[in-house]
Amino acid sequence: MMRHPRVWMGLLLWLAFGSAHAEWAVNMLPGVTEVSRSVFDLHMIIFWICVVIGVVVFGVMFWSMLIHRRSTGQQPAHFHESTTVEILWTVVPFVILVAMAVPATKTLIDIYDTSESELDIQVTGYQWKWHYKYLGQDVEFFSNLATPTDQIYNKAEKDEHYLLEVDEPLVVPVGTKVRFLITAADVIHSWWVPALAVKKDAIPGFVNESWTRIDEPGIYRGQCTELCGKDHGFMPVVVEAKSKEDFAVWLAERKEQAAKLKELTSKEWTVEELVARGEKVYQTNCASCHQAEGQGMPPMFPALKGSKIAIGPTKDHLDIVYHGKQGTAMAAFGKQLSEVDIAAVITYERNAWGNNTGDMVTPKEVLELKQAEEK
Amino acid sequence: MSAVIDSHKEHGHAGHDHHHGPAKGLMRWVLTTNHKDIGSMYLWFSFAMFLLGGSMAMVIRAELFQPGLQIVEPAFFNQMTTMHGLIMVFGAVMPAFVGLANWMIPLMVGAPDMALPRMNNFSFWLLPAAFGLLVSTLFTEGGGPNFGWTFYAPLSTTYAPESVTFFIFAIHLMGISSIMGAINVIATILNLRAPGMTLMKMPLFVWTWLITAFLLIAVMPVLAGVVTMMLMDIHFGTSFFSAAGGGDPVLFQHVFWFFGHPEVYIMILPAFGAVSSIIPAFARKPLFGYTSMVYATASIAFLSFIVWAHHMFTVGIPLTGELFFMYATMLIAVPTGVKVFNWASTMWQGSMTFEAPMLFSVAFVILFTIGGFSGLMLAIAPADFQYHDTYFVVAHFHYVLVPGAIFGIFASAYYWLPKWTGHMYDETLAKLHFWMSFIGMNLAFFPMHFVGLAGMPRRIPDYNLQFADFNMISSVGAFTFGATQFLFLFIVIKCIRGGKPAPAKPWDGAEGLEWTVPSPAPYHTFSTPPEVK
Repeated sequence: MMRHPRVWMGLLLWLAFGSAHAEWAVNMLPGVTEVSRSVFDLHMIIFWICVVIGVVVFGVMFWSMLIHRRSTGQQPAHFHESTTVEILWTVVPFVILVAMAVPATKTLIDIYDTSESELDIQVTGYQWKWHYKYLGQDVEFFSNLATPTDQIYNKAEKDEHYLLEVDEPLVVPVGTKVRFLITAADVIHSWWVPALAVKKDAIPGFVNESWTRIDEPGIYRGQCTELCGKDHGFMPVVVEAKSKEDFAVWLAERKEQAAKLKELTSKEWTVEELVARGEKVYQTNCASCHQAEGQGMPPMFPALKGSKIAIGPTKDHLDIVYHGKQGTAMAAFGKQLSEVDIAAVITYERNAWGNNTGDMVTPKEVLELKQAEEK
Repeated sequence: MSAVIDSHKEHGHAGHDHHHGPAKGLMRWVLTTNHKDIGSMYLWFSFAMFLLGGSMAMVIRAELFQPGLQIVEPAFFNQMTTMHGLIMVFGAVMPAFVGLANWMIPLMVGAPDMALPRMNNFSFWLLPAAFGLLVSTLFTEGGGPNFGWTFYAPLSTTYAPESVTFFIFAIHLMGISSIMGAINVIATILNLRAPGMTLMKMPLFVWTWLITAFLLIAVMPVLAGVVTMMLMDIHFGTSFFSAAGGGDPVLFQHVFWFFGHPEVYIMILPAFGAVSSIIPAFARKPLFGYTSMVYATASIAFLSFIVWAHHMFTVGIPLTGELFFMYATMLIAVPTGVKVFNWASTMWQGSMTFEAPMLFSVAFVILFTIGGFSGLMLAIAPADFQYHDTYFVVAHFHYVLVPGAIFGIFASAYYWLPKWTGHMYDETLAKLHFWMSFIGMNLAFFPMHFVGLAGMPRRIPDYNLQFADFNMISSVGAFTFGATQFLFLFIVIKCIRGGKPAPAKPWDGAEGLEWTVPSPAPYHTFSTPPEVK
């Protein structure tokens, strides 16, 4: 409620001075690519065309409303129909539109030219996170919302990038034509980064193409822009543009990490270790539907606490986590998580919230399932 | 024709003292075939839905008043945005125009009633059933429809709550009702015009409704088709929209928007017609270009069929397709411009007074044009990549629907209330209603342009702090607009119960057959057709 005076004062200030304060952003930004700048220019041209037409038309109307009123003793004229005027106000707008269509067509052709890319990244939308795969590089990861739940439920102060922060941003090099191959695993999502002027729908069964060449290093934030279910508002896109050298270092590190993760699969795990790791995996991947305490949101999202699957045979539990459940929101995590994480999250679910089965699923069992599937 | 209808009435009321009065009691409304009764029922139903859909908008704006989740959970928020859209489009705006058509078209063309009175009764009574079915889903386990009013597959099929089946049947019922309503309008206009009333002498409201009715007949079956395909996917194992089964989720959007874009004009063309009668009446000057208005309406209707994919610029249609739909969409600005220029030149050198119908009509022209401008901006495909599915779009379509369709309905209601009730409404209160609606509506929707351009997606229950201040202003505006509508209810009830008696023609500049019958319009009018010169 402390905000109120600020709101009204701000409105007045803004009306008076057209203040460009960050919280009062009133316009699109030019962005950081050649494409985004030409899109911004188109936006401004068409905006000013509208303003000029608006000033003329509304000017005529307001003049007329002030002068041509009965209270000023105005007698009504009786003119109507004029072929000349009518032809004029049909042809002039048409010509303006043709003039507008020319630069728009040019920019559109440019945006559609995805050829000669130097780096290809597959972007896959999931409910409710993004998956990035650097094609031919053996590097892939998920990018999840990093804003803590306490901030969302107003139990903690919200930070600057509230809802626009992720655990792992997409990292790209500057000055490089990066092509995005955009698809989805479940419902339709849309991948949008305003500073790049890239917005493309992620559609299951389709691979859409888009591209960008970023000029300067920086962190660029966007969001999913196609309603994709409950947590549509909670799947941001964060792109970190690094210099070419820094990007090469980062890529090498990621490759090394990937190799290490593979080694983890063959390690001997205890129940406690898996539960500890599984809790994190659960909070990131499962809690938005099945809820933090495993109580679920029946009937759409069943409870795991005391459920037949979570305390029944491990084989069925592994099966549903790995393959998902057809016709429901339960995704097939076999393709999304590493063997270790699948084993960990299952073990966690079987030993949390009073599901004290004491048993475990090992990463090796998951690997065996994976190998059997691949044959 | 009218003689035949009259003799039926005589038989039906055989033995009663009065031949032309309404039946008594509740059954009057259930069984009525009178166009005035049915028109009133449509209008009351529409207003009830307007309040219901509006209360959902209030829930949405309350949640968005501040960042963070305070009032509702995201799952329920999505049900609110979905139901708000569905109820406003199919429950508030469309039935309001059908109500106006029922009341006014027979009076305007000099017909004794609608051409198909029994079907008229049925098409109204399907609506409470449809919306009862739809709204009841909110109370089911798993909740009501939560996939947006555009219900894109597969979110609305494979991933939908179980209530989607109820939603599908509700849409079927609304579609049947609309198609029957449209057939009735066409049959009335083409067959029951008074002698001498040629097509090019019809009031523009009749013209725009005739064109709207053809749009309805063309596209409502397409909507029925797409929901039936969903039904098949959900219950009968087909894969129209499921990529896993070889289907195509984008097909859904093509079919939906082939319905959806003409639907947009279905919601605005009758309003065009109404203000084209109201502005000349209060400017005391004939409409500048009647003929060009008719042709502009027909052109808009034609173009509405070839622009649907501008709602889908980001789905990845090929470049040539993108260009075609961009050019076709930009073209709509030409006939729309013709209309706006016509209204402005009708006002020019008139002798204007600003009673409530004129206030709402002038605001309609100005604010609808602002919505048209943002529409033109959205037509530019590369720029649309930035605007698409942001609050800029929400601002755009609320500018064409609220001061467009809804203000058009308010203008019509005030214009014809004296004819309906026989009393003048309270002009002071009506002006207050206008100014509160005007301020509330602009405060609610104008800042949405800003947050949209700054990057706020639509249909999200929570947002980054940079959008906070404008969202708070939007919410304050929305609450103002919402609360003001109870004033409208009060004004209408007050007008029905009493007030200064209205003469047959309460507006000195008004023209048309409806002003030749007494106020209130008798239960049966034009039993003998008038002569039009």
